[in-house]
Amino acid sequence: MELGQRDPVTGRNTTGHEWNGIEELDTPVPRVVLFFLFATTLFSIIYWVLMPAWPLGWSYTKGLLGFDDRAVVAKAVSDATAERAVWTDRVASSDFATIQADPELMRAVTQTGRTLFEDNCAVCHGVDAKGGPGYPNLAAKAWLWGGSPEVIAETIKVGINSGDPDSRVSQMMAFGRDGVLDRKQISDVVAYVRSLSGATPAAGDADRLKAGQEVFAANCVACHGDDGKGKTDMGAPNLTDKNWIYGGDTQSVFNTVYAGRQGHMPHWGDRLTPVDIKVLALYVNSLGGEAP
Amino acid sequence: MPNFHRKLERSAIGFVVAIVVVASIGGFVEIAPLFTIDETVEKAPDMRVYTPLELAGRNIYIREGCYACHSQMIRTLRDEVERYGPYSLAVESQYDHPMLWGSKRTGPDLARVGGKYSDAWQVAHLRNPRDVVPVSVMPAYRWLEDNTLRTEDLGLHLKAMSRVGVPYTQAMIDNAPADAYGQANPDTDFAAGVAERYGEATNIRAFGGKPGQVTEMDALVAYLQILGKLTDAATASNVAAKAE
Repeated sequence: MELGQRDPVTGRNTTGHEWNGIEELDTPVPRVVLFFLFATTLFSIIYWVLMPAWPLGWSYTKGLLGFDDRAVVAKAVSDATAERAVWTDRVASSDFATIQADPELMRAVTQTGRTLFEDNCAVCHGVDAKGGPGYPNLAAKAWLWGGSPEVIAETIKVGINSGDPDSRVSQMMAFGRDGVLDRKQISDVVAYVRSLSGATPAAGDADRLKAGQEVFAANCVACHGDDGKGKTDMGAPNLTDKNWIYGGDTQSVFNTVYAGRQGHMPHWGDRLTPVDIKVLALYVNSLGGEAP
Repeated sequence: MPNFHRKLERSAIGFVVAIVVVASIGGFVEIAPLFTIDETVEKAPDMRVYTPLELAGRNIYIREGCYACHSQMIRTLRDEVERYGPYSLAVESQYDHPMLWGSKRTGPDLARVGGKYSDAWQVAHLRNPRDVVPVSVMPAYRWLEDNTLRTEDLGLHLKAMSRVGVPYTQAMIDNAPADAYGQANPDTDFAAGVAERYGEATNIRAFGGKPGQVTEMDALVAYLQILGKLTDAATASNVAAKAE
């Protein structure tokens, strides 16, 4: 069979192939498919000219539009920054008291602050800022280093035991593990410490209070203060309130005294901008802080 | 031309060869220039290599399939840059074999998670994510704490990496198991060698919080804490881009 022979049923030419009497129609490609083939080819040629496309050994064609993903994202970020500048400039240039006195500005601060908090802080301190075992409650007015926005901003910037050169440093000794106190002394001081905040005494605690007070006076007052109210310049917690970072039951307090504690808060100075830190400090302060 | 095609399609071997040639043009045009064009991979003179412990952590990350939910590539998109930090550069994964890029994120991108959270948080989170993030859907990885890390073959891992271009020295390869132990046990004599071979900036801590041993938890946390910290190139180039 020769190419160009007509099929009697459809009237189309056949390809000339024939297998066991079965022949193949030479149907042309539908117009619409051809159209898309030409259209997309044309598009790609225009695209090659306009956009970065062809490699040329050690370089590549940059395209007439000079498109660059990195320039686009840099512009998008700086546009967004400029858009926010209407209120971030005022945050940057005002002190904390002025910002707090401006309810309109504080509305923007609280809104953005909440987003920043959820993105960065909430995994440890919780979405409600109430903390958890090992992570302080920020909504309880119980501040380790002070609750004014200035102090909170500094804590966010440098962190606690964070490895930053300016980091806040605080460590509770391992009184038991390092052999400073024996088991009985620890049990005594635990009973005394728990009594400071009016915790329900465990069995036998009443007899330990006097000895515990002596141990406390000899070992703990340097950081926690004579009255056990803590010292914010050392990050030593107040023991007379009902807030416990590591738990307030007898076993938890015993573990704390025995093995010591060294909390770790990362430093955010190189991750967040100064304005972000200021906004976060104001937000955290608004949860339960002191006036500046 | 039609004659040529008729001839070609009737020669099986010739047609196969022609298909291979045509199909490989696409790959060649896309892949070959990456090796010849200089700006494909940026320069990062301060780039350091993974320590043996971090490399072991990386292997555990791959073994546990973390990459199925977490990418390590911040794309050049505004929302990603604002949430995760400077976009990723190719040079940052130049010692990653294989790389762990991607865009499918059931969990957040981890390209810059190093130093973002404390070791204790990472351990608590891997032990049971719900303890620290109540809405998390991540599985718990409790066994990492109980499994002692296999360190004896780490030298071979380093050697394999050096074959594909990671600049490990012979001393690094020889001391790999000791360095893995030392990095997780800062109070021991082995720790000094880690700082000496890998630089003072190396994290040397009891990552998993169990002194005296090296667990898989130590390795994975050590790896997570170095993500995005091997070089400052990204911060530098992003800052430059912003200044323009």
